[in-house]
Formats: sequence, C-alpha cells, structure tokens
Amino acid sequence: MRTVTVVGASLAGLWAARSLRAQGYDGRLLIIGEETHRPYDRPPLSKEFLAGTAGEPALALEADGEDLDAEWLLGASAVGLDRRERAVQLRDGRTIPADGVVIATGAAARRLPGSNGMAGMHVLRTLDDARALRADLARGGRLTVIGGGFIGAEVASTAYALGLDVTVVEAAPVPLAGALGTPMAGVVASLHADHGVRLLCGTGVRAIRGGSRVGAVVLDDGRSIPADTVVVGVGARPCTEWLEGSGVALHAGVTCDADGSTSLPGVVAVGDCASWYDPAVGMHVRAEHWTGARERPQTAVAALLCGGTAAPRPARPPYFWSDQYGVRIQFAGHAAGADSVTVEEGDPADRSFLAVYRRAGTAVAVLAMNRARSFTRRRRQLGTVAAS
Amino acid sequence: MLIPVCPLADLPRGEAFRLELDPPVAVFHTEDGDILAIDDTCTHQDASLADGWLEGCQVECPLHSSAFDLRTGAPSAPPARLPVRTHRVVVKDGTVHVMLCDAPPNLPPCPAARLAGDPT
Repeated sequence: MRTVTVVGASLAGLWAARSLRAQGYDGRLLIIGEETHRPYDRPPLSKEFLAGTAGEPALALEADGEDLDAEWLLGASAVGLDRRERAVQLRDGRTIPADGVVIATGAAARRLPGSNGMAGMHVLRTLDDARALRADLARGGRLTVIGGGFIGAEVASTAYALGLDVTVVEAAPVPLAGALGTPMAGVVASLHADHGVRLLCGTGVRAIRGGSRVGAVVLDDGRSIPADTVVVGVGARPCTEWLEGSGVALHAGVTCDADGSTSLPGVVAVGDCASWYDPAVGMHVRAEHWTGARERPQTAVAALLCGGTAAPRPARPPYFWSDQYGVRIQFAGHAAGADSVTVEEGDPADRSFLAVYRRAGTAVAVLAMNRARSFTRRRRQLGTVAAS
Repeated sequence: MLIPVCPLADLPRGEAFRLELDPPVAVFHTEDGDILAIDDTCTHQDASLADGWLEGCQVECPLHSSAFDLRTGAPSAPPARLPVRTHRVVVKDGTVHVMLCDAPPNLPPCPAARLAGDPT
C-alpha cells in the first residue's frame, strides 16, 4: 500500500493513524477531519471542560512533538466514496484516491425537530458545542436536560455543581435501562435525587416554547418546564450518509466483521460509526464508547495491511465510565444477556458498591460505583472468560 | 524527611497502598519483590493508580488504561502524556517509608466530579 486515507480525525481516526505507523506502514498517510480542530478528547466536554476546570490544551490527544508524517486535511467534509479507486470525495471538489481507507467519521448528536435557531438550545458532541453550552451555563438560571443518558446525566451533574436549577426529562421509565438493566439503572438515576435535581421519567417532549430564546419545554403530559437553557441528549446517529451508494454495506452504521473489515476490500471502519460483529453476543453492535474507539483501530489496521488474513485479537468486553455528582461509575461487559445481578461489595445506598451480572452462572458484566480497584480486577476476569 | 506509609507486612506482593497526602502517593509491592512509590493520580485524568492493574513494574490506570513505569514514572502507554513523579522508598524496622520527591507534580485538570460532589 502506498496511500492510506483516514476519514475522521477524532480518537478512532488518530489511533488508526498511529496504528498504521506502529505496524510499519511507511507510505503516504492522509487524515481528513470535518472539524477544524486537531484531535481532542470528548469525554471531558461534559465534565471538566464544561465545569471550566480544564481548558482546551488539556483536551489535546496528540503528544507534544508527535509526528505521524501525515497530511492533515482539517475542516474538510467527505461527501462520497468511489469504490473503484477507493477515492474519497470532498465537499470542496477534491478527490483523493487511495489503496486503503479507514472510515472513522463518528456520530452526530440527534436534535429535536422544530427548535433550530432558537438561542439557548444545545446539543453536546463537539468542542464548539461545548464552548457554546459553557457560555450559556455561565448565565445561571434554569437548565432542562432532555434525555437522561450518560451525556445528559453528566451535563446535569456539572450544571448542578455550577449552581443551576436543573431538571432532567427522560422518555423511558428509567434512564439507561438498556445499558445497565433496570435495577442498577434505577440506582444510577437516583444520584439526581440525591442532589435535588428533578428527574421526570416516562414522558416525552411535545414542544419547545420560546421566541428568539428558549423559554420552556412542554412535555407530552402537558406540563410546561420553564427553562433558560436546554440541552438535548437523545443519542447520536452514525455519520455514514457520505457512504450511501458507495458499495460499503450500511445498517445503522458501517457493517463490519469482527476485525473491522467492511464489505469493500481495502476499506475498514472504526469508532462510533462502525457496527462490528461481536462474537460474544452473536450480532453486530455499534459500540459508542471511548475505549472501543481507542482499542479497535489496532485490529482494523492489521486487517487492512494484511488484507483481512490476520487473526483478529480477541476483543476486550465493552467498557465505559461516567462521573456524576462526584460518583465514579464504571461498567464492563454486556448487561443485556444477564439473568441475575448481585451486589457483591458495598451497598448501593452508600453509592459505593460493585455488582456482578451473570448469565447461567457465568459473569457477563460488572458495574461499580466508587470501587475502582475491585472493578479493575473483575473487569480483567471478564476479559479472560470472554477470550477463552 | 521520611514519611511512614504502612507496616511491610500489610503490603503483600501484588498490592498497592495509597498514602493520603496532597497529592496522594501510591506505593506498590511488585510480584518480583520491589517496593516502588509514585504519585497516585494519573496525569491524564483524575484516577487513583493504586486502584490500577499492576503487572511487573508497570501499573495500568483503572480509568483509561494509561500505563506508567514504576521505576521512572514515565508513561509507557497513552493517553497519558506526562510522567508521574517517583518517590524514594526506604524500609526501616519493618515499616515502609517514602521520601517525597520535591519536583512539581504533573496533576490532571481539577476533576469536575470532585467539583460536583458534595463536600465531604
């Protein structure tokens, strides 16, 4: 291979580029990024950065002096892929043929229809989103967060710490039930009430009211929640529109084998846009977690450089963490397949515990609040079981 | 100045002890029998390295898998970019002591989590 294009310049794209060089690829390397920023870390955007305790330099993902010998095309949007030459087409008209392509275009925050252009309405995905939200939170007042998932809960926690009056609205009976299972999701959700943050569950949003600036969130049940600022945290959609018609198989993300290979030779996909086959659950899963974006490019790049003949490394079980109200939540594995959950250390009432999810007696997932040391050990054991 | 950490008997091989100084210090007893001390806080984001995974002379951060060499403090795996400080360890009369390094520490940004938590 003489030219490889990495489309996407966030965590997964950067790690793909690093992996290419680490695995001996010494040809031309292009990195295309839609945002104008060098690669930055997104998890702090809802926490330290939003709180104002971390500045932009702390978000940098590249090491000082790191040189991947790459051509960076930042502020450039990919709008198409021509399968014959594996040519990435850019919005500005340029076309970049390559021998290999790494798709790492990530995901975009879902928005609520009908609220575009109203001041005080936010999503949180990018650095620019975070800058804008940070400026609005500095005004104080009332914040309504639509969606009680991890982003929503972390924004609520940070805004609470900044002194805002916070309400969280969640359409499901309990937020995060899919990721954590209902009983443990209930424990995590109770962190809001611990701090006097209102959590309204089981109701959707009917409308956003306001003039040039947002004024209230109207719920399906008719209640109107006054708001000076609104954050919509209702998930993200994979950024794959540019691949439609390219021959790359898409189904709620780029459909990939367990090594990141796509339906086109010489094209692999990583990060939030990629739906990898997960042998542990026997289906394709679009894992939207930092750790996957960090670890999987190594495997995908090996597949790219070896033409798909390399045996994929056994994937570690999915892992994510969240910091809310001073509580560190860590989770690894798959909650969906579990038939039991047991608290094995501590007590959920103390917001310090470790719970193990089992299926037919075998541990399949582990959840911890403020129990990092035991969690680390349990997570390692899960990895051993999954790999054997 | 030597600061007592814990009795050597309380720190078996493979274990770590967190000394609650400001900033805290982590003392590790490796499987090979070395006793080594570094700053406890990962230089990337706020996490306790004493809670991490010890393998040989390397400790892996429990949050993002950054790794540090206990002998030099250097990051051996990203995302951490800056080293932790190392501290001299002295075992005297069956007690582990550390002598703190006087270089400035590389601490991560003040965690929002701590800011958001109730003061305790």
